[in-house]
Amino acid sequence: MRSIAVDEGRGVNARALVVSDLVVAYKPGQPVLKGVTITFNGRGMTAVIGPSGTGKSTLIRTINRLVEPTSGQVLFLGRDMARVKGRTLREMRSRIGMVFQEFNLVERLSVMENLLCGRLGFVPAWRTWLRRFPESDIARAFDLLDAVGLREFATQRADALSGGQRQRVGIARALMQEPALLLADEPTSSLDPKTSVEIMELMTSLARRNDVPVIVNMHDVELAKRFAERIIGLSGGTVVFDGPPGALKDEHLKQIYGGEGWL
Amino acid sequence: MTAVAKAPAWERFTPRERFARFTVYLLTVAAVVTSLRTVEVIPEFLYDAPEQMMDLFRRMWPMDVGHYPQAIHAALVETIHIATLGTILSVLLALPIGVMAAGNVTPYPALNFIAKLLLVSSRSVNSLVWALVFVAVFGPGPLAGVFAIAFRSIGFVGKLFGEVLEEAHRGAIEALTAAGAPWVSVLRMGYWPQVKPAFWSIVMFRWDINVRESAVLGLVGAGGIGVVLDTALNLFHWDRVAMTLASIFGVVIFAEIVVTAIRRRVL
Repeated sequence: MRSIAVDEGRGVNARALVVSDLVVAYKPGQPVLKGVTITFNGRGMTAVIGPSGTGKSTLIRTINRLVEPTSGQVLFLGRDMARVKGRTLREMRSRIGMVFQEFNLVERLSVMENLLCGRLGFVPAWRTWLRRFPESDIARAFDLLDAVGLREFATQRADALSGGQRQRVGIARALMQEPALLLADEPTSSLDPKTSVEIMELMTSLARRNDVPVIVNMHDVELAKRFAERIIGLSGGTVVFDGPPGALKDEHLKQIYGGEGWL
Repeated sequence: MTAVAKAPAWERFTPRERFARFTVYLLTVAAVVTSLRTVEVIPEFLYDAPEQMMDLFRRMWPMDVGHYPQAIHAALVETIHIATLGTILSVLLALPIGVMAAGNVTPYPALNFIAKLLLVSSRSVNSLVWALVFVAVFGPGPLAGVFAIAFRSIGFVGKLFGEVLEEAHRGAIEALTAAGAPWVSVLRMGYWPQVKPAFWSIVMFRWDINVRESAVLGLVGAGGIGVVLDTALNLFHWDRVAMTLASIFGVVIFAEIVVTAIRRRVL
């Protein structure tokens, strides 16, 4: 296993994420992740590739604790995400945006309200109950709707949108959090190829403009090579490749996905 | 041996299944026979029944229309009030219990168990029995009726509401959790929009049932149209009984129309 040089000369970025010896076992004795150690340097886009069932989603979901780790550390913003609880966990989560494969919008709410859902970690519960969101949040929502090109859809219900539009809302909702890190779990797997590229372009440019580091899971190797600055290959619950897209060769893909007939 | 003879044998049921089916048939017949012997049908009364029915109808007709303004109208309004107040009270009590019963919203098995126990005990008691209990507590009158309706409805509304919550789309909830939303905010923005139509549907359905149920509560003194019906029955005023039954029928139809109209407009 190779280790990568992290931001040599400038030290580790304040938004760096250090995953060390991470083990996740849904059933005791059958770990999905078998001691994964990765340092994300807190800038640019990192793509995690690998075959289905190899723990890509588990890795991403352990970072914001949608999945409970069995052992290991996930250090972010000076805290161990694997240990925090209650209010601290919520505060940490509110600093990490997430984009989902199935968009995970609240279908019966308007696009505007779905965006405001990104602020729920910051807005007091009583304001949420009265649906009285701060004006600054509403202003930010309109800005983001402009950025994703959906301003005229603000009052439409989320279930009236197409897949690509929904994922734009998903990205805007995640950016509503003003996150220090953006996670994307197979963000294009439910979309057609053209829309997939558009969504990746949108996500990359918005992340760059908002200066948010991105960790994205994908099974589409070409898309990963096209957009990511760093690729991590996961296979059988361990890291088998870690490097820039240019360094990803066929022998690596063979090692990650197994076989070669498909290449 | 030929190929045909060699074909694997296939039968629809295994011997064990066939035996089980036969046992069920036998038990069914035995149950019917036992039931017939238990109810002790008196043949004379049975042969007499059509005649008695005709006699009853003759006594019922013409209906005592004049009784409507005298007594029925006020009692009907009281019945609808009992049903409506009872439904509102039951919803207020059933909402927190339903939330507590839903395993995905309240991930504490002990609380789920307590909630389900409350819901089952509410449902296991018939509203007439609840009415008897509350007549003993509050004395006869509509207040006892309101509580009887409310306590019987908690189980119904709470159970259905809890089940609807459990069927809520998990992805949206996950997204709000990932954004760091506190539990109450997830409830408000994640669960509530998803369950809202089903919730109103349950409430209106229960109100509709409660209008019918509160019509009989008066038989045990818990107010409403049942009191009028009981009095007329006791005094053998069959024409008044007929008028009362017709009025109840009218109110049930009215409730049905109201519920259908609201459902179409709101949902």
